[in-house]
Amino acid sequence: MSSQEHADVEIRIISEPRYVCAVRHAIVSLAKAMGLAETSCANLALAVTEAIANIIKHGYHGDEGRPIWVKVTPVQQGGRDGLEVVIEDECQGIDLDKIKSRSLDEIRPGGLGVHIIHEIMDEVDYSHREAGVGVRLRMRKFITPAQPVSSE
Amino acid sequence: MAQKNTVICDRQPLDDGLVVKAEGEIDLIRSPQLRAELMQVLSDDLDRLVIDLSEVPFMDSSGVATFVEALQVQRKKSKKLVLCNLQPKVRSIFEISRLDMVFTIADDVAAAARA
Repeated sequence: MSSQEHADVEIRIISEPRYVCAVRHAIVSLAKAMGLAETSCANLALAVTEAIANIIKHGYHGDEGRPIWVKVTPVQQGGRDGLEVVIEDECQGIDLDKIKSRSLDEIRPGGLGVHIIHEIMDEVDYSHREAGVGVRLRMRKFITPAQPVSSE
Repeated sequence: MAQKNTVICDRQPLDDGLVVKAEGEIDLIRSPQLRAELMQVLSDDLDRLVIDLSEVPFMDSSGVATFVEALQVQRKKSKKLVLCNLQPKVRSIFEISRLDMVFTIADDVAAAARA
């Protein structure tokens, strides 16, 4: 179940690159406070950075002053604790089917953000926001291993 | 002393090239500056460019893309580009992107000068 309507923490920035670091540092602080290991905190911050960078570059095409919301909430699923990060924007005309990783066989600059997000996070889901205005990215990172299934 | 917004904070000559040290987080806002500085450095015909990342605590894919571009410039000229002193968080993004096998990555400047 998504907890996106009731986020514990919500940060709103406008689509300027200089504000991305503020979100990144907030995410690290939150993740540490919620019990993630240092490596996981850093990776989570990287995934959030990549997601916001993609919105600024490809969603808003560098148009500054547009809103981006980052919502963070602890979640529990299947006996695992984790963090859910929901990132929303008002980008229009985004074809969700085109948001995908590129092949890493080709060595060239750019296009790595979606791959990095999928590599780091345990769950990644893109959808359109209500009324079709903007995109919602829901990501989850779990901090404890899944409980073994009993064979009894 | 480095100017306030520069990413490359130090340059030291090698017998066959140059060591540059980058500092600070390299993300969407600083990557264009890094790119400009690296392209300026690469306009000199260096047999070897060593990039010391010991003072870089964070890098996103825009930073990685900048280094890929620099690597391509050097390779087109059959020259070397070596990264060294990567902090774990920075090494991680190269590994996640599977570029750790594409770049020559050394433990320190001395090893990078021999790589």
